[in-house]
Amino acid sequence: MIVVEKLTKQFKGQVVLNGIDLQVKEGEVVAIIGPSGSGKTTFLRCLNFLEQPTSGRIKVGDIEIDTSRPLNQQQGLVRNLRQHVGFVFQNFNLFPHRTALENVIEGPIVVKKTPRADAIALGKKLLAKVGLAGKEDAYPRRLSGGQQQRVAIARALAMEPEVILFDEPTSALDPELVGEVLATIRGLAEEKRTMVIVTHEMAFARDVANRVVFFDKGVIVEQGEAKELFANPKEERTRQFLSKFRNHA
Amino acid sequence: MEEAFQLALDSAPFLLKGAYYTVILSLGGMFFGLVLGFGLALMRLSRFKSVSWLARIYVSFFRGTPLLVQLFVIYYGLPQLGLELDPLPAALIGFSLNMAAYACEILRAAIGSIERGQWEAAASIGMTRAQTLRRAILPQAMRTALPPLGNSFISLVKDTALAATIQVPELFRQAQLITARTFEVFTMYLAAALIYWILATVLSHLQNKLEERVNRHDQES
Repeated sequence: MIVVEKLTKQFKGQVVLNGIDLQVKEGEVVAIIGPSGSGKTTFLRCLNFLEQPTSGRIKVGDIEIDTSRPLNQQQGLVRNLRQHVGFVFQNFNLFPHRTALENVIEGPIVVKKTPRADAIALGKKLLAKVGLAGKEDAYPRRLSGGQQQRVAIARALAMEPEVILFDEPTSALDPELVGEVLATIRGLAEEKRTMVIVTHEMAFARDVANRVVFFDKGVIVEQGEAKELFANPKEERTRQFLSKFRNHA
Repeated sequence: MEEAFQLALDSAPFLLKGAYYTVILSLGGMFFGLVLGFGLALMRLSRFKSVSWLARIYVSFFRGTPLLVQLFVIYYGLPQLGLELDPLPAALIGFSLNMAAYACEILRAAIGSIERGQWEAAASIGMTRAQTLRRAILPQAMRTALPPLGNSFISLVKDTALAATIQVPELFRQAQLITARTFEVFTMYLAAALIYWILATVLSHLQNKLEERVNRHDQES
């Protein structure tokens, strides 16, 4: 489903990603963990070209984008890719001037040209799915962080993406609101949706992801089956990183 | 006192005719200024440096020179280049070009104040730049832009008095003409001032109403 080869990203001469190879199969849930500044969020943002990679190859489904060409020369292709790749932001980024339902149906109506009645039916179904039936007409400001993030997830789902990318979806939430968002994502994993999740929630990564990838200093240090990697990390750096979480657990 | 009142009453038709031109100049200047200013704001946001610079130079010139001088260049200067304009169109062009520079800066700043996450959210569902602007950015930017645009509009209403200097028979000019005839300086200019005041007050009120409307998603649940 996703093929990434030799992906690099430099920012003002600093190497942020240094040759990332990663494949994600259909129906797989991949969690990306690692310390701050390890490049994991940048990597995720490169996957739908919110960041322009410096070099390398990215293929999602049938869409391949040559990162060596300037993105504004292949905008159509990038937009096409984004329609197949949902993205959930750390800060939700809902449109504050639109209600929950309007946020969800915006993509189908504006981008996919879905008839309004169909989009509304889909939007209501998705809001119910993320546990927000009855909140259709609420503006984001009136919703809690957890509710806003679930609207954002419904907005991503409304495009019927092949892959959903999550960028630290619970990092901006108050602790008591983390659970409801994780439960929603867990539900999506049970539907065998292809997902890549950058997260600091280690227990969640262990329980929900099929595979865990450990990033540090712009490279993939280690990856493997989720429970195996947490139980028996092979690399010293992985061990060090995980030990910080064990102490808190 | 009674005489003064009678005089004001007699002059009312002239003053109202002047006020009519004042309103035309204000509304026209604001309308064309906004349209042009919006185009300039888009130029300022362009990826192409040269396009952005053109808009920048335009704004710098029209904000950096007196409006009165601009009107004189258009009305008295252009005929030397073979372009003769009647007073009203000349004033309308001058006010529009001037307002555009201010509108451009207000709109650019308002668009710039929208956080990057909003652009990214729209991009992440596959919207084009134009769709993003129209559906996500501008509705939010308008909230920020509305108060300063309203202030500029009220300034414009008062600045239209400058059109008197290029023969437009607007409110101030009418007051001048009546004064020349009757020598009732104080009454006439005060009457003119009151009419400007009424116009500005009505506009302020409309501005407040509009702001309430645009901000409604803050209040409602």
